[in-house]
Amino acid sequence: MKKVMMGNHALSYGAMLSRSQVIAAYPITPQTQVVELLSEMCADGTLDARFIKVESEHSAMAACIGASVAGARAFTATSSQGLALMHEMLHWAAGGRHPIVMGNINRSMAPGWSIWTDQNDSLSERDTGWMQYYCASNQEVLDTVIQAFKVSERLMIPGMVILDAFALSHTYEVVDVPDQAAVDKYLPPFKPAIRLTPSDPRAFGGLTGAEHYMELRYKLQKDMEKAPALIEETGREFEKIFGRNLGLVDAYRCDDADFVFVTSGTAGFTARVVVDEFRKSGLKAGNLRIKVFRPFPFAKVREVLKKVKKAAVVDRNCSYGAHGIFYQEVKSALYGEAGMPPVFGYIAGLGGRDITTDSFKEVAAHALAKDKADEEIVWIGVKK
Amino acid sequence: MKKEKKMTLTLPAEELMACGHLACQGCGATLAMRYMLKALGQKTALCIPACCWAVIDGPYPYSSLDVPIYHCAFETAASTATGVKAGLEMTGDSETTVVAWAGDGGTFDIGLQALSGAAERNEDIIYVCYDNEAYMNTGIQRSSATPYGAWTTTTPVKHFKTRPKKDIVAIMAAHRIPYIATASISHPEDFVKKMRKAKDIKGTRFFHVYAPCPTGWKSRPEDTVKLARMAVQNAYFPLCEIEDGDKVTLNLKLKDKKPVNDYIRIQGRFRHLTEAQVASIQAEVDARWERLLKNCAV
Repeated sequence: MKKVMMGNHALSYGAMLSRSQVIAAYPITPQTQVVELLSEMCADGTLDARFIKVESEHSAMAACIGASVAGARAFTATSSQGLALMHEMLHWAAGGRHPIVMGNINRSMAPGWSIWTDQNDSLSERDTGWMQYYCASNQEVLDTVIQAFKVSERLMIPGMVILDAFALSHTYEVVDVPDQAAVDKYLPPFKPAIRLTPSDPRAFGGLTGAEHYMELRYKLQKDMEKAPALIEETGREFEKIFGRNLGLVDAYRCDDADFVFVTSGTAGFTARVVVDEFRKSGLKAGNLRIKVFRPFPFAKVREVLKKVKKAAVVDRNCSYGAHGIFYQEVKSALYGEAGMPPVFGYIAGLGGRDITTDSFKEVAAHALAKDKADEEIVWIGVKK
Repeated sequence: MKKEKKMTLTLPAEELMACGHLACQGCGATLAMRYMLKALGQKTALCIPACCWAVIDGPYPYSSLDVPIYHCAFETAASTATGVKAGLEMTGDSETTVVAWAGDGGTFDIGLQALSGAAERNEDIIYVCYDNEAYMNTGIQRSSATPYGAWTTTTPVKHFKTRPKKDIVAIMAAHRIPYIATASISHPEDFVKKMRKAKDIKGTRFFHVYAPCPTGWKSRPEDTVKLARMAVQNAYFPLCEIEDGDKVTLNLKLKDKKPVNDYIRIQGRFRHLTEAQVASIQAEVDARWERLLKNCAV
């Protein structure tokens, strides 16, 4: 069934179709519609779930963790300051191996107060052990929630489905809403091997000495390393049932490209307009949209970029004192491999400033005029 | 034939706590756990944040309890327990009693927000605060449960704590939750009776349990139960219940209310107090006691 819906509601529908059993959430702009719709679904019986209206995001994640360890499928959604408040519990969810799925609307961190988009909120959580999926359309948001539960529950690692504030969260698009029966076939009920129950009394997460702790983290990394293949496998399985593939990256006209914009989130679709224009004027351009940031798709990124002459990474974030975060990751993926192209790093669109076709043309003009990246960061559209 | 006298056990014989735990000698908190589990039975799940009990239970992969435990973050006992209850219910288990089991720091201080949230929503959990009146697990630092006059490592004798202990029971009563009780390890029958009563009530139930700590109070391990009893008998820690926020019942009437001086003087943490300072503690205890009697009468 096709429906016109906002990105936030795509998250709600994804959580509903996944038959989330416990939802614990706290309101924050621009996430509110996600939980408003879910609370209506719980109230009218569309979704058989317990909605816990907690008093903070920190408690939202704590409640999701409790629900998950008790064996229930748990979902929440937040943004920016809310995600930062959850930080401690994000480590807890991943370290405790609780496969919670969370929507995060990318919103800039205060101060000054901003409700508009950039990625510093979610990227600040990159080392917590959560999988991170950066979406570019409402369809992808809905589909990814369902896939994320499948991947997370297989690996017992939580997953974060991320979308740009307003550019996606409040933008209405046509979304093909999958049949519940088909989703049930794709995503079986959550049945963890071990859960918190008096019939099998165990202590979870107790004092762990140096003789055990490292092995627990080693296993987390080893399971995270299984995620890229599993995401591709479950993405193909999704395609068989629903006709849409969900991969690690989304490469557009990259096969014969000389120059590639590397992006994440909605900015990728703007880049593609410029790619098409460049192609008409004879420049073989392409766009590599990195969808999955954790685990980082090293092999995929190398596979796409090894064929191109230059790559320009456009980051909607900044690691202050270093550079754009996707830029760092892309460079580290290519480093030491023979025949890799020079990579140029750009920062654009912080605090919700638009990343337009002109922004990408400015990026291309700068990168194409140079043989190598001699500046670490080039800021696009900044008033100096 | 002469009829044989049969002894009646006033507490359940079942033990859900094993020896081999890591508590200090004379730990009041271990007795509190033992009595609670006797009352609630095996169909119980615990959420334990950072507190002495995070260690007492034993290191991974051991546990001294025969009930499941989720070790949760410091400020999340109430919110984690809320999630566990919801998760168990959604997976078909509505029988298990879910207990948030926290110390005074995790309750009066860092966990107060989550506790208030859960209480306001009337989550179906039992929250137990075992109160040893300071951050004992980290090495005796003051909390907002530390009483007036006490030495701790962050309230040294020269600057001992001059503010009164936070009135957590009044805070919880203001949430108008169905059941609140104070309990003491010196009165196990009363403790178990109230815990059993709480088990059958739906909604948020709050227990404030007095749990002396020889390590932090600088008292003798063998005096733990004695200190707890003295605190009940001198009205320093009266035993009472509050139902629906305002129906107050005194569980132990004090015909012969003892002075606080004897209780104060066998604890090293109060050693520096002058007679005048002890008198001011007595005045504060008397005033609280009068308020409690007045509330019972209403």
